[in-house]
Amino acid sequence: MKFTKKSQSKPEIPTASMPDIIFMLLIFFMVSTVLKQYEGLKVHLPSAVKIIKIKGSKRHITTIWIDKSENIVVDDVTIKSDEISKIRNVVWTKISKDIQLKISLKGDKNVSMGVITDVQQELRKAQALRLVYSAIPQ
Amino acid sequence: MIAKKRVRSADIPSGSLADIAFLLLIFFLVTTTIDTDRGINMVLPPPGDIEVVINPKNIITMVINADGLIMLDKNPVDINEIRGIVEKRQNENPKLIISVKTVRDTKYDVYIQVLDQLKKANAQRISIAEPES
Repeated sequence: MKFTKKSQSKPEIPTASMPDIIFMLLIFFMVSTVLKQYEGLKVHLPSAVKIIKIKGSKRHITTIWIDKSENIVVDDVTIKSDEISKIRNVVWTKISKDIQLKISLKGDKNVSMGVITDVQQELRKAQALRLVYSAIPQ
Repeated sequence: MIAKKRVRSADIPSGSLADIAFLLLIFFLVTTTIDTDRGINMVLPPPGDIEVVINPKNIITMVINADGLIMLDKNPVDINEIRGIVEKRQNENPKLIISVKTVRDTKYDVYIQVLDQLKKANAQRISIAEPES
């Protein structure tokens, strides 16, 4: 009985182009990364069914956090409860630099509508009219 | 006699190139957050008190009180009934504007639930009235 001779070629994956592949992935992640991220406040978001993704890049989103003890944080600026009108200046500076700006309002579900309305009035005065009430899927 | 020039290759060693790229790749992989914010869209009215005259027939008023009870055109309703009622009213009158009024002590959660119901009913024209203190 005669066996056919096994082929001598070693089954190796060519690794010469590996750096190129890695570079491609690297460039993708470098481009898609938005490094600026804010800590914010700890909030329990309300839940809703008809929620949609915010269109556009994260670069054009300013987040306002309102927690249950009515602390307000706009991106990285803390707003004291007696100077809510500061929001107007902060948001206005942001929107004058970036006209596409959208506001993502992360309000705690136990917060009262009074403070939400005050913030909304300030946003109106800052001409920041596109607002998204951040919510989690039910 | 001139000494023979030594031929030395001026190459940068590229053997570890892949490792360096990997390291950077891992850094960007870790810092990237792909998930986006999700929520309910709303467009606020421009600043200033603009009085728009609207035919009272085209308006449906909804009031939410501090206890989370909802009144729709002077009838108390349950939160899950809003969708059906608004859908029905919208079919009768496509120009319908829903005015949502809250008080300062209304819970934000209830407000979002009401907005969610209105979005479920495909309501396009939602107006948020300033709360009465």
